[in-house]
Amino acid sequence: MNTRQRVSAFFVMSLASASCFLYAGKATAADDQYAQAAHVYDTYCVQCHGINRDGKGLNTKDMSVQPRDHSDPKGMADIPDDELHKAIKEGGLSVNKSVLMPAWGNVLTDEEIKEMVVYLRHVCQCGPK
Amino acid sequence: MKLHIFAALSFGLIAAPSVALASNGADILKSQCMSCHATVKPEKAGLDHIWERKGPDLYYAGSKYNKSWLVKWLQDPIRIRPAGEFYRKHVKPGDKEDVVDESTLTPHVKLSKTDAEAVAEALMALTGPVGLVNKGAFKNEKVSMTMGAMFFNKLRGCGACHMAKPGTGGLSGPELYTGGERLQADYIYSYIKDPQKFDPHIWMPTLNLAEPDLQRLTGYILQLSASEGK
Repeated sequence: MNTRQRVSAFFVMSLASASCFLYAGKATAADDQYAQAAHVYDTYCVQCHGINRDGKGLNTKDMSVQPRDHSDPKGMADIPDDELHKAIKEGGLSVNKSVLMPAWGNVLTDEEIKEMVVYLRHVCQCGPK
Repeated sequence: MKLHIFAALSFGLIAAPSVALASNGADILKSQCMSCHATVKPEKAGLDHIWERKGPDLYYAGSKYNKSWLVKWLQDPIRIRPAGEFYRKHVKPGDKEDVVDESTLTPHVKLSKTDAEAVAEALMALTGPVGLVNKGAFKNEKVSMTMGAMFFNKLRGCGACHMAKPGTGGLSGPELYTGGERLQADYIYSYIKDPQKFDPHIWMPTLNLAEPDLQRLTGYILQLSASEGK
């Protein structure tokens, strides 16, 4: 490796490091934005939808209908925001889905449910509808 | 007059051991139980309380448990909540689905027969706020186990989080196959009706169930211990 190649390699590595720091900064800011909704998800949703938000929760072994995989961009992209909101607030039956998804409207406020829908879009990386 | 004095003395003699027992039980509660359980109603029962507590609140234990069960269980505590309290702190990703992380669970304190009786006595005195449990709400009408099971599992989805028989059902809620032996009927009814009234922010939803559903599910759970828990 000559001097020119060394200088180029140094620039590439510097750029890569700077990108990593920038990305890390963005990820932290994003995580902060969703921290409260993630905490609510961890309290109520993880039991069925799983630690990895992939529908493989603790309770799923004997379930006749498997919970929604929130990390699936394709499956989640097909569900409008208002349907997600309704399913959380009024339960699965209200949107012609399983009774195993209960209504959380007596536990979560409307604001918390709105934040949850935004958080679910962040989890699935499939954008708002 | 003499009769009154005799009656008062007799009552004192009979009541004394019970009072002493409760006093001893209260001491044990203070020294061994309060680090994990709330024996007085928490002033701020926010979401943090759910995350921080290590065992269920006991400030209404006297309106919740059957005393004979308490005495038995405290001597031989078999886990009621498969994923502990609070479930989220004791799960990890598994091969197919999340599983209980047994390494994070610790066994419950085991008491001698004398101490178990004393603690049960003290716990039964903790009845909680007036009106918490709807006394006399359960009508004790005969419930068909087939219908009960259908409502429990398929129509109301309780089986998603609770086991009605060992090894079958959800793991994030307490098992209910010993529920009839463990819990008072009116408590079961009242808790199903409004879990958040007992446990603000608990991870059990309030389902707005109709009266026949509340009666049916309570009757079903009460019979589980007799029919399937043994």
